[in-house]
Amino acid sequence: MELKTKIKVRDIHFYYGQTQVLKGFDLDIYKNKVTAVIGPSGCGKSTLIRMLNRMNDLIPKARLEGSIILDDEDINDPKADVVELRRRVGMVFQKPNPFPKSIFDNISYGLEVNGIKNRRKKEEIVIQSLKKAALWEEVKDRLNESALGLSGGQQQRICIARCLAVAPEVLLFDEPCASLDPISTQKIEELILELKKDYTIVIVTHNMQQAARVSDYTAFLYLGELIEFGETEKIFTVPKNKMTEAYLTGKFG
Amino acid sequence: MLEERIMPLKRELIEYATLVENMIEKVIKGLMENNKNYPLEVIEKDEPRTDRYEVDLDEKCIWILAQFQPMAVDLRTILMMLEMNRDLERIGDLSASMSRSIIFLIERPQVKPYIDIPRMSEIVQTMIKDSVNAFIENDSQLAREVFQRDKMVNGLRDQIIRELLTFMSSDPSTIERSFHLISLALDLERIGDHSTNICEDVVFMVEGEVIKHLDDKNKDNSKE
Amino acid sequence: MDKKIKQNLGFLLLFICILTTIFFLGIIIYFIVARGFAVLSWEFLTQVPRKAMTTGGVAPAIVGTLYLTLGAMVFSIPLGLASAIYLSEYSPKSVVVNIIRISINNLAGVPSVVFGLFGLAIFVKYFGFGVSILSGSLTLGIMVLPSIISAAQEALMAVPQSYREASLALGATLWETIRKVVLPSALPGILTGVILSIGRVAGETAPIMFTAATFYTRGYPDSVFSEVMALPYHIYALMTEGVHPEEQTSIAYGCALILLILVLTMSVLAIILRQRQRSQSYYGT
Repeated sequence: MELKTKIKVRDIHFYYGQTQVLKGFDLDIYKNKVTAVIGPSGCGKSTLIRMLNRMNDLIPKARLEGSIILDDEDINDPKADVVELRRRVGMVFQKPNPFPKSIFDNISYGLEVNGIKNRRKKEEIVIQSLKKAALWEEVKDRLNESALGLSGGQQQRICIARCLAVAPEVLLFDEPCASLDPISTQKIEELILELKKDYTIVIVTHNMQQAARVSDYTAFLYLGELIEFGETEKIFTVPKNKMTEAYLTGKFG
Repeated sequence: MLEERIMPLKRELIEYATLVENMIEKVIKGLMENNKNYPLEVIEKDEPRTDRYEVDLDEKCIWILAQFQPMAVDLRTILMMLEMNRDLERIGDLSASMSRSIIFLIERPQVKPYIDIPRMSEIVQTMIKDSVNAFIENDSQLAREVFQRDKMVNGLRDQIIRELLTFMSSDPSTIERSFHLISLALDLERIGDHSTNICEDVVFMVEGEVIKHLDDKNKDNSKE
Repeated sequence: MDKKIKQNLGFLLLFICILTTIFFLGIIIYFIVARGFAVLSWEFLTQVPRKAMTTGGVAPAIVGTLYLTLGAMVFSIPLGLASAIYLSEYSPKSVVVNIIRISINNLAGVPSVVFGLFGLAIFVKYFGFGVSILSGSLTLGIMVLPSIISAAQEALMAVPQSYREASLALGATLWETIRKVVLPSALPGILTGVILSIGRVAGETAPIMFTAATFYTRGYPDSVFSEVMALPYHIYALMTEGVHPEEQTSIAYGCALILLILVLTMSVLAIILRQRQRSQSYYGT
């Protein structure tokens, strides 16, 4: 199977006010693969992933140099449609954040804002999304109940289903299991492995074993620089860079 | 998730063990039927295959340790698979060594009828089979039973050596052939030892008890 | 002194304070109820005043108060809500916005009689609306605007930022996010603020004194340009300008009682709403 690049990050510099958070590097995110981004706190991994769907636009003092190319288009082009970008590139956040609405309304929210109003169509897609998120069996009898009544792990899967409903191409996971118990974490990891057949996935995690379990490629960031990038198995067993090895063996971070 | 990764490895280990058993059966068959093809096959085709199994199982076990940091029985299982991997590879090497001796012997008249060697070989093959079964079935009872047979194997080796020593001292022309026969016996005995290693590993994996280096009699006692 | 004794003394002191507060509240309520209750009747609530305000009812005043309150809310709710949304969601978080917010809060501290004067000058005289429901509603509306903006802003800011992020990340625009996620979530808080404001508006005298209210109207108001009777003003008028103090005092207390009931009802409604909102968000904890 040929390796295709879904997102190209080229010579990326990111500034927050006077502070430079990302210091100029290239990165390839491959299609239908899981790419993990690891590194100690403050290395810029969250900043990096939030650039991929322009969530950093919400930060007033943020400034970007360099380019991020999704398929063949620069996502930061002034003519680019941010709203459409965010439909194509979905995000799952660190703390599960379902809306204070019913389960059904949560999943169909994305459909509404993207112009799908037909009730039947919405139902179809909601069911499909819940199945893909491995949540259908657990909630099929309570679609009209508040999503806030579910457990943390279930809420996170609601958030995943919510993303899936709008048919994205890329899924960004920003430390998705950070606030979940081990069993929920395992379920989400299994889900990610399933999802990569149909989606390109980028996951930020501070849990190295999780990165090892779930990803095909790993990028190690330190203080805003890309120190090493490669196949996950190689990075974790025979890293080429001394700093990578120091981080993996717990010498810092 | 860990379960799903360990299962195929266990299957691969069985395949590996079966290959190695067959190698022993093959070379003895070659000896008994005076057929050089068998030992040649073992050296040229089977032994390289065992090397590939060894490397593959190693890599997979190490990667599982990195990904999952398994605990308790899972940890012991992976570690024991790495050790069994080693033992099986040694057995494979010993089979190749036996093949070389057998090729020498096939072209020459028998010093004495081959009875004990085939017997040793049979016992040793069952030891391999049962030790791996004990691993698969998590049966530490079975593992402990295998130790008994090791005693028999050791006895047969001693017997063969004694016999051949008398032959050698009375007839110097038999020395070279006897040397190779003794070599076979020693190899088979070592194979038996590797099987008992596997059984010690199984007991550790299942019960958490380390029975390496204990006196033979203590090994037979089942844990209360 | 022993720690425990100190603590008990402290709690006792606090308890005495509460008792005092409740005492005064109780006295007021008792006072009004005792003197106003006698006057209350179906007739009182539905009939126009007769015989120089000594008998009959205060229905026109009730109706006037209702119109003024309604008018004030119709003016201030949309304006206040829109301002709050703009300040909270759209404008960049800067020094200027903070100054605006502080200014709005300060507006809430302006004495109500000053609003009355303002209303007189602008609506009654300059725009030429005259003393009318329109002038009164607008004046009351402006008076209550700051508190609505404050309440709405607070409710909007209480909506977790994570909801907005989630919505935007799904491809919604900022307006869609506000309309579909933030507003519905903030609604209980906004409603609470609105309901409390209604209570305030209904009971204000000074703003309507020069702009809308009059002592006596023949019947009910014909249009938004008519003057009206209003409960708070009626109380004032009866007590200061009435020529038959014996009867009129009780009528005044009757009006006070009605106002009290109105304001208390609004407060209770607000409390119930707040409770329901709290129990909903407990789902999340």
